[in-house]
Amino acid sequence: MFDSLTSHLSATFSSLRARGKISHNDLDASCGQMRAALLESDVALEVVDSFVTEIAGKSMAALASMQSGRNQAQAIFEIVNSLLIEILGGSARRVRFAKNPPTVIMLAGLQGAGKTSLAGKLAKFYADQGNTPLLVACDLQRPNAVTQLQLLGASIGLPVFCPEAGNGVGDPVKVARDGIAFAKAKQHNMVIVDTAGRLGVDTQLMSQACEIRDAVRPDEILFVVDSMMGQDAVRTSQAFLDGVGFDGVVLTKLDGDTRGGAALSIASLTKRPIMFISTGEKLSDFDIFYPDRMASRILGMGDVATLAEQAKAALDGDTSKKLEAKFASGEDFTLEDFLDQLSAISKMGSMSKLLGMLPGNAAMKKQVGNFDDGEILRTKAIVQSMTPHERVNPKIINGSRRSRIALGSGRRVSEVNTLLERFIAAQKMMRQVRSGGMPAGMGTMAMPATAPIRPELAPKKKSKSGNPAKRALEESQ
Amino acid sequence: MGLFSKFIAKFTGASAFAPADWAELEAELLASDIGPRLTRDLLEAARRVKSENAQEAMVQALSSRLCLKSRLPIINQGGMSVVMLVGVNGTGKTTSVAKLAGRIKASGATVVIAAGDTFRAAAVEQLQTWGARIGVEVITGKGSGDPAALAFDAAQRARAMNADYLLIDTAGRLHNKRDLMQELEKVRRVVEKITPVSEVLLTIDATTGQNGMAQAKIFSASVDITGIILTKSDGSAKGGIALAIESELDIPIKWIGTGESTADLEPFAPESYIRGLLT
Ligand SMILES: Nc1nc2c(ncn2[C@@H]2O[C@H](COP(=O)(O)OP(=O)(O)OP(=O)(O)O)[C@@H](O)[C@H]2O)c(=O)[nH]1
Ligand SMILES: [Mg+2]
Repeated sequence: MFDSLTSHLSATFSSLRARGKISHNDLDASCGQMRAALLESDVALEVVDSFVTEIAGKSMAALASMQSGRNQAQAIFEIVNSLLIEILGGSARRVRFAKNPPTVIMLAGLQGAGKTSLAGKLAKFYADQGNTPLLVACDLQRPNAVTQLQLLGASIGLPVFCPEAGNGVGDPVKVARDGIAFAKAKQHNMVIVDTAGRLGVDTQLMSQACEIRDAVRPDEILFVVDSMMGQDAVRTSQAFLDGVGFDGVVLTKLDGDTRGGAALSIASLTKRPIMFISTGEKLSDFDIFYPDRMASRILGMGDVATLAEQAKAALDGDTSKKLEAKFASGEDFTLEDFLDQLSAISKMGSMSKLLGMLPGNAAMKKQVGNFDDGEILRTKAIVQSMTPHERVNPKIINGSRRSRIALGSGRRVSEVNTLLERFIAAQKMMRQVRSGGMPAGMGTMAMPATAPIRPELAPKKKSKSGNPAKRALEESQ
Repeated sequence: MGLFSKFIAKFTGASAFAPADWAELEAELLASDIGPRLTRDLLEAARRVKSENAQEAMVQALSSRLCLKSRLPIINQGGMSVVMLVGVNGTGKTTSVAKLAGRIKASGATVVIAAGDTFRAAAVEQLQTWGARIGVEVITGKGSGDPAALAFDAAQRARAMNADYLLIDTAGRLHNKRDLMQELEKVRRVVEKITPVSEVLLTIDATTGQNGMAQAKIFSASVDITGIILTKSDGSAKGGIALAIESELDIPIKWIGTGESTADLEPFAPESYIRGLLT
C-alpha cells in the first residue's frame, strides 16, 4: 500500500536533497507535490490540507536553524514521518480485556468490507494466545454468511453460536444476546460478534446495530474498512461513529496495491486508532497495526521490522538460531544467510509480500509487485553461482565477477546487479535494526533517496565511476 | 442547494466566481473520487466557460469524459451468451450474478449460473440460496476446487440444456496477485474451448478510491473487460472513479447496483450519474 505516495514523496525528497539550501519557494513546491500525492492516495482533502499546512509550518521553523540543504531535507523528512505516525495513532493499541470475562468484540462496517473473514482471523489470533473465543453469527442478512462463519470456525476448531440459519430470517439482536449468555454459561473468555454489512446512510440498519451493541455491551467495537476505500471514508466513518460508535479500526485487503489513504483520513478525523490489519485470504493473514511501520512504509523505508519478525517465525529452528547468534555477535547478514533463508522463506508463501517490505523506492516495489515466485529459483541460481568467498564478501563482486555469475546462472548481468543492490540494502537495514531497533529513530537512517535500490531509477551523474563494480553497474544499464 | 446548482447559479448570475467558490468546487469534485488529475482538468475547462452557456458547458465537460461505446449487453447472436463476473473481494459479484439472472429470467430467456467461486467458504451455498430464490439452476463443482474445470463443465452442460445465457460467478481476487489473475485467464480460455465468452463484467464498488483504476486496468489486461457494474450506489459514495475509468480506459459502465435484493440493478444512466457526482 501507499506505493504511489512513497514514490511521490521520494521524488519530493530527492529534489529537496539536490538543493544546496532549501528556499521557501522550494518548500512551497514540495508541499504542493505532497498535497497531490496524498490526494492521489485517497486521503480526504480536509486531512491533506491540514497535514500539509502543519508540515509547512514546522518545516519553516526547522529550516531557519539549519545550514546545508541536506540537513534541511532530512529535517523535513523527519517532520513528515513523525506527523504521519502521530496521525496513524502513535503506538499500537491492543484490545482492552474486560475485568469480568467474557471480553466482547463487536464488528461493524459496510457490505463487503471483510467482517466475516476478519471474525475468523481475530478468533484464531486470540485462540493462539490461549483465549477461548466464541464466534457469534449475527449476519442474518447476506445469504449464507452464517454458513461461512461456521466453516471458518470449523477450520480453526472454534465454536460458532448460530441458532439462526440467516438468509433474511431471524433476529440478530436476540442471537447476539443469547450468544453472550451462552458464552458465559460455557465460560468462554472472549466473544466475537459478526454483524451484517450496512450502509452509513441506512438509518434503520444503523439502529439495529445499536440494539445489537446494547444487547452485548461490547468492550470494543471495531469498524472494519476496506483499505481501497476512497473519499467516502470520511462520511461513512462519521456515520458509523455517530450511528453505533466504534473504538478501533481494522484495515482489510492490505495485500492489495492500494495507497490506503483512507486509513489516514479515518484515523485523523475519528481519532480512533487503527488496531489490526488484514492482509490476505488465509486466516493467518492478519496482524496488529503498527503506525510507525506503516509510516516508514509510506516514506519508502520498507517495513523491515515486520520482515525480520516474519523471517524469524518462518525459518527452521536451526537457521533461525544461526541467524540469531550472528545477530547477537554483531556479524553481518551475508548472502550465505540469504541463500539459507530462501528455501525457508518459500514456506512463508508469497515472496512478493516479503520483498515488498524491503526498503526501496516505490518504483522498485512496483517491480516487486509483479514478482513471480518462480523468481526464488532464479535468485537461488544466481547466489549459487557465486563462490563461497563472494557470498560472504559481496563487496568484492566486481564487473567481471558479475559477468561470470550471470553466465553461470544463466541470468542477465542486470539481474545479478539488482539482486546485489537489494541484498546490500537489506543488509544495511538489518544492521540498523540490530543497532537500535526500528524505527522511531529515523534520524539515524539515510534518507530513502540517498540509497536508490536500482541506480537507473535515481537521477544519475553522467560520469563513469572509478569503482569497477559501480562502473560495471553503470555500463550494464 | 447542491454545489452544482450553486455553481451554475454563480455563472448565470452577474457575480463572479470567487476563489473560495473554486476551492469549494475542487473539494466537491475530489470528494466524488474522480481523482485529482481529472479534477484539475475539469476545473481548467470550467474556468474557460463563458457565463451564458455555463450549465451546458459544465455538463459537457463532465459528459465528454464518458466513453462512447455501447452500454447494451453484448450477446452471442444465435448461440448461448456467456457472461463472466470478475472483481476484487467483496465488491458484489455474487449478488450481481443473481440480479442479472433474475432480469434475464424475467425477460423470458433461459439462464443457468456457474458457481465459479470454488475458493471462499460458503460462496457456493450463497449462490445456491440465490438460485433457489429466483428459480435459476446453479451448476456447482465436483469439489475439486478447480474453477476452470467447473466452468468448462458448466459451459458444456448449459449448452446441452440449450440455455440462452450462462452466467459465471468467480472468486474475488486482488488484481495484484498474478497467480490468481492467471487462474481467471484460464477460466476464460477453457470456456472458450466450448463457446465464446460474450461479456466480462467487472464489479467496482462505488466506495472505491483511486485503486479502482488499477483494478480496471489489470482485470482488463487479463480478461478483457467489456463493461462495469458499479455496485453499492445506494450508499453515500458517488462512485467517481468509474468516470475516471471510462475516461482513461474506454470501458463503459453498464449497470448500477442499488441495493441487496435482486431487483436492485439498473442500466447505467449517464446523465443522472454525472449530476450525482456534484450534488
Ligand atoms: N447496499 C448494497 N449492497 C450490495 C450491493 N451489491 C452487493 N451488496 C452487498 O455486498 C456484500 C458482498 O456482496 P457479494 O455479492 O457477496 O460480493 P462478492 O464480490 O461476490 O464477494 P466475494 O465473492 O466474497 O469476493 C453483500 O453483503 C451484498 O449484499 C449493492 O448494490 N448495494
Ligand atoms: Mg462472491
